Amino acid sequence: MLSSLGSAGGKSAKPSFVSYVTPEEIKSEKEPSRKEKHPDLLPGEVVFCSASTVLKYTQDDLSQRGVFGALLCTNFRVSFVSDEAPTEETGQLFKNKLYGENDIPLSCVDNIYGGYEDKKKLITGGLVKNKYPSKMIIHCKDLRVFQFSLSFSKEEDAKKIFQGIVHHCLEPKSLRCLFAFSYCENTSYPEVQRKKQTVMFDSVEDWIQDMKRTKGNCRVVSENSNFELSPKLPQFFIVPSNVSDEDLTKYQGKGLPMWCWSHHSGCALFKTASIPLVQEDNVPQTYMEKMLTAVAHNHLYSVKTEDLSDTLPAVQDILLSYNKFKQFFLIDNTTEFWMSDMKWFSSLDNCGWLDIIRQCLQKAVEVVECLEKENTNVLIMEEGGSDLCCVVSSLVQLMLDPYYRTLLGFQSLVQKEWVAGGHAFLDRSNHLHLKDKAESQSPVFLLFLECVWQLQQQHGPAFQFSETYLTVLSDSVHVPVFTTFLFNNDSHRDNILRAESPHTQRSPLNCPTVWDWSVQFDCKAQDLFTNPLYSEKPKQDTSVRKSYRPKHLRQLSLPSSAFKTPPKKGFFKDEADNLKKILGVKRLSRWMLSPSSESPQTSSSVREFYEAWQTKPLDYHGLLLPCLDGPSIRVWMQRYLRWIHDVQILGGGPVAMLSKVSEILGEVQELQRQLDRHGCTLTSNHKGARPRAKTASVIAARSSVRLSSSFPFVTSRNWLFKPAIPTSLLQSLMVTGMAGNLADREDDGGGPESLV
Amino acid sequence: MEKQSVGGGDSPALPGVPNRNNKPRTLTNSGSTQASVETLDSPTGSHVEWCKQLIAATISIQMSSIPPDTASRDFKALRDGAMQVQMDEVPLVPGETIKAVAKDVMYICPFTGLVTGTLTSTDYKLYFISLERDTPFILDVNLGAISRLETISVQSHGENTQGMEIVCKDMRSPRFAYKKEDASQPEIVEVLTKHTFPLSNGLPLFAFLYKEKFLVDGWKVYDPISEYKRQGLPNESWTISKMNSSYEVCDTYPALLVIPTSIKDDDLKRVVAFRARHRIPVLSWIHPESQATIVRSSQPLVGPSDRRCKEDERYLQTIMDANAQSHKLTIFDARQSSVADNNKAKDGGYESESFYHNVELNFLEIPNIHVMRESLRKLKEVVYPSTDEAHWHSAVDQTHWLEYMRVLLVGAVRIADKLESGKTSVVVHCSDGWDRTAQLTSLAMLMLDSHYRTLRGFQVLLEKEWISFGHKFAARVGHGDENHANSERSPLFIQFIDCVWQMTRQFPAAFEFNELFLITILDHLYSCLFGTFLYNSEQERVANEVQTKTVSLWSYINSQPEDFTNPFYVDYEHHVLYPLASVRHLELWTGYYVRWNPRMRPQMPVHQNLKELLFLKAELQRKVEELQREASSSHGSLSSSSERTSSPSHSGGTPLHTTV
Repeated sequence: MLSSLGSAGGKSAKPSFVSYVTPEEIKSEKEPSRKEKHPDLLPGEVVFCSASTVLKYTQDDLSQRGVFGALLCTNFRVSFVSDEAPTEETGQLFKNKLYGENDIPLSCVDNIYGGYEDKKKLITGGLVKNKYPSKMIIHCKDLRVFQFSLSFSKEEDAKKIFQGIVHHCLEPKSLRCLFAFSYCENTSYPEVQRKKQTVMFDSVEDWIQDMKRTKGNCRVVSENSNFELSPKLPQFFIVPSNVSDEDLTKYQGKGLPMWCWSHHSGCALFKTASIPLVQEDNVPQTYMEKMLTAVAHNHLYSVKTEDLSDTLPAVQDILLSYNKFKQFFLIDNTTEFWMSDMKWFSSLDNCGWLDIIRQCLQKAVEVVECLEKENTNVLIMEEGGSDLCCVVSSLVQLMLDPYYRTLLGFQSLVQKEWVAGGHAFLDRSNHLHLKDKAESQSPVFLLFLECVWQLQQQHGPAFQFSETYLTVLSDSVHVPVFTTFLFNNDSHRDNILRAESPHTQRSPLNCPTVWDWSVQFDCKAQDLFTNPLYSEKPKQDTSVRKSYRPKHLRQLSLPSSAFKTPPKKGFFKDEADNLKKILGVKRLSRWMLSPSSESPQTSSSVREFYEAWQTKPLDYHGLLLPCLDGPSIRVWMQRYLRWIHDVQILGGGPVAMLSKVSEILGEVQELQRQLDRHGCTLTSNHKGARPRAKTASVIAARSSVRLSSSFPFVTSRNWLFKPAIPTSLLQSLMVTGMAGNLADREDDGGGPESLV
Repeated sequence: MEKQSVGGGDSPALPGVPNRNNKPRTLTNSGSTQASVETLDSPTGSHVEWCKQLIAATISIQMSSIPPDTASRDFKALRDGAMQVQMDEVPLVPGETIKAVAKDVMYICPFTGLVTGTLTSTDYKLYFISLERDTPFILDVNLGAISRLETISVQSHGENTQGMEIVCKDMRSPRFAYKKEDASQPEIVEVLTKHTFPLSNGLPLFAFLYKEKFLVDGWKVYDPISEYKRQGLPNESWTISKMNSSYEVCDTYPALLVIPTSIKDDDLKRVVAFRARHRIPVLSWIHPESQATIVRSSQPLVGPSDRRCKEDERYLQTIMDANAQSHKLTIFDARQSSVADNNKAKDGGYESESFYHNVELNFLEIPNIHVMRESLRKLKEVVYPSTDEAHWHSAVDQTHWLEYMRVLLVGAVRIADKLESGKTSVVVHCSDGWDRTAQLTSLAMLMLDSHYRTLRGFQVLLEKEWISFGHKFAARVGHGDENHANSERSPLFIQFIDCVWQMTRQFPAAFEFNELFLITILDHLYSCLFGTFLYNSEQERVANEVQTKTVSLWSYINSQPEDFTNPFYVDYEHHVLYPLASVRHLELWTGYYVRWNPRMRPQMPVHQNLKELLFLKAELQRKVEELQREASSSHGSLSSSSERTSSPSHSGGTPLHTTV
């Protein structure tokens, strides 16, 4: 009785294009001469293999229903082309131009499972020796789940397509095989206005400009523009002005403090790859001390170092945690989903992903505290210097510098810290499935985006970009078209692009970067990247960004720790000596307390810092700190739940608010137009209210009642307005453990008996 | 004068600083339940703005030492009508009197450490003020919110020190320490106890002493006849019966009941006898199109021998027949099926499908009031005073609070779906039909009927499904009663409001009211300031003349509706809203449960920006209209008009003045 309601609810919620004919009927209907369908191929895209009469299960139930069509594997994607007449694509407002809802870019394939009757087996590549599975389940890195039945295709075809997909998705390949190269050779992307928009940090001017912007006074190094100094070093970078030429290349860039950002007080944030210190060998230590002194020299002879390898989880732990976490969202069927719903909160804690996010944010706050409160230079380091250093340094800059909270600013930040900063995107995402690189795979960049999302959730109006933007950016990492995410560092990128260039001796291959959003989305869809509630900076002081922060923030008289900031600026001999003494005695001591060793102290210091900040008036263009308390770190619902039909709130979700805002924006615009017609302007000092009713045009027309919480990723087609109720499972889901004898008691019958 | 407003929470001014005692609108906000202000900051306008709301329920924040330059427009507006109040004067609501004062009391603040100050007990609240820090520190607890007063050991704070813990129903437990030898101290504890539990000490509830006058009369919000009329009742199948007008048929039901037209009096008597506590099946809501109905009742008295009552069977048949669209009737028994079986042994039970033809019986498997009480008790341990970071989610999970919320929502969604898609009438009951039944019917009605999602409509819903149909507020909350361990107490209404909040989270534009409204309701559930939630039934309320002797909560709410309005509201007329009953979409209501933790407070009103936009819109609109007027009369100067609009004032703004 219970189950009947449940499944009835589920069924009617199906899209209308579902085939209701039984597979047998289909088989007889099929004519062998049927022409194979192809998706619209992209330039440079080649079909490797295909099979027809493949059944794609509708994602969300166990029933054997689905859509028939052809399954193809190209050099870019796995694609399913439905036999049904294409449904009106008008609903597809947020259409990705490179791949559709039934396409999976090869790099986006996370895991492939073979389904044998009732078992599901992870396919790890190579030839499937015994029986071919009748079912193929693909888990994607953007968390979509596809299930195909191959049992209606010709056996030969089924084998071929299965083997083909497995081969092209899981087997090691060379970088040259990534789609970007054949795509770029066959398209010409004019060097679009990209330059005007995002600062790419691929020229010395970009770096100089950024240092000027933050009023830093360090040394810009351009000698490596052709990687003469070292291929391990970025093309351009900035170091403390006291670093000499010979210091630059001493340990292939290890230990070399790279400038990230200067605080308005003069102190700055640096990052470096740590040098493994050997007891007997004194040379690296001396070098390290020299570098530390150089950093300290930058401002007031103060420096704090923080070895992130000691205090934050290792990249492998990040991967492990994320692998556990993502499983909650890769849902094969409804039953599984509702079962996991029960353990949801405990599972969340157990996988530790949210805690890793919290740790990164906390570390960033600690660094912010040093810069903002103590005006101390900070040098963060880790082995390699391009993973958690990138996470922390970018977060610090987001918290301190409102410029990076604009859309273009954020893109520039990613360019500066991650792309130019040498984050090994290729190894970390392991697009090439190289066995020896399996170890280095880790979603570090995603971790950063997660942290940004947390900040954005807590301080929405401070960010010009939207949640959707972050979600799309996280997806784009797995679309092997953009140079942004394909390489390990500057010289790697430069080498490959030059080598692949069709015109040797000439400019390197011209590939789009992810910031060329028009490659993926049309203008209308791109409007969803901006936050309509962004509180824009008042016009008058956008020209020069000087002392944007109220002075009083610096007057916090909170207890400062270990290394006291000298009261006066300038060089005093004894202070320098003092510094040397400390350096000498403590060697590479960690002056900042690490959470692992002195946890209560650090977190209480961070807590105090947060509380002191919290009592100040909030300035969306000033310092932003995240609240790190348990309830404040949340799950990025849009990214993780968007494909799960059962958890889409019809008529609800953030888009409901968004559309209201858009509506008002539209009205305001209309009113302003009317005023303009009357030829007068309103002197308004509403800073947040400079209407950019772009988003309005997108959503306004559609009533939010018809949209769902998965907007814009899934648009409601012919969904009936039916609730998802886990009725069939109600009994088994009931919590009985704790209820105990209380559950059996009568509501009122008990008389005056009292409990504890 | 301002002082008369409910300002229990307003704060006295500091010397040299203009007081922010202000317009009644903001003031009354704080009159609700008081809350501690653990903040030691110098808030600016935005902060003030935020406080205005949260405080609503809660906080009387100390607005002293506001730097003149940071004071915003709001703030200036607030300062108008300010008056100088002596620093140590305790703000009182009309009718409130000070009963005892104790000096040099230490408040053991779990967030900011020890503070020493003066503790005052009135007959309405406990008021602690400390002036030892830069900014005054105020803690303000409504006596009604206190569950129990306990002496605790506070050795660490010196010898001869006595400790007192004030365990509150609203999730906090402030602790005080004071010197033993001080002769005045025992007195204040006694006074506090006496006034905290007036009913146990032969005193009236404070609602009967409260003398505030509001322009709006909240007792007029709910008129059963007009509410039924709105639903299209009476009609040919349903009639509004006055059989219970003197509460003789059923003492826990309201005077007016909607029952099938065709039922005969004799039959009805048998049905009355067959239903627990005589709570017969009566109509709560009727679908405007399909005529499917939500009918509520108590359990049938089937007993261990499977007694039958032909009249009851026919009665349900009649209810089914009143809806031509369906030849079925669905009964939702809110209880766990095992519990329902146990009830049979105690002469209760449930309808047998073999006796009631065409009836489908479903159990919604919702645990009872004791389980819920235990769950909230555990939740309190998790949220107060501090929250765990790394194990937050598992800690919340172990309370099962959200899990029960889910079960409840699932039940309500099933009921709503049965009516909307199945076009089938439903009967909802638990054991007595005043706890889980009220939760389920009111949630289902909220999903089905957009009227209940408006500010006024929601008040009607509460008045109807909860208050008039005899949810035992007095017993479940324990107003003025010292027996804190009474097993009749249970947070069912809180659970319901929490479900509503979950719905507002999932459908941020579908409700006309905001979070503050819900928090205010919960605060006044305990406060005993208003008569709205007092007593167990309509009969008791009539007997105690609640409507003439106390003020309604809705009088307060409806005299400043803009504070409780959701700026995102869009009327989803005729749209059924199905909240997603997945734990993934449920979250702990930190704005209510964790609000005492200063770290969890937002610094900025959440929708500040939207509000600015709304003001801009209002301004532009005004300007356009002015220009059009001018154009039509073809004279008048532009400059004058622009001058008028260029200095916008929030106080004169649109009705959408509040944040969520």
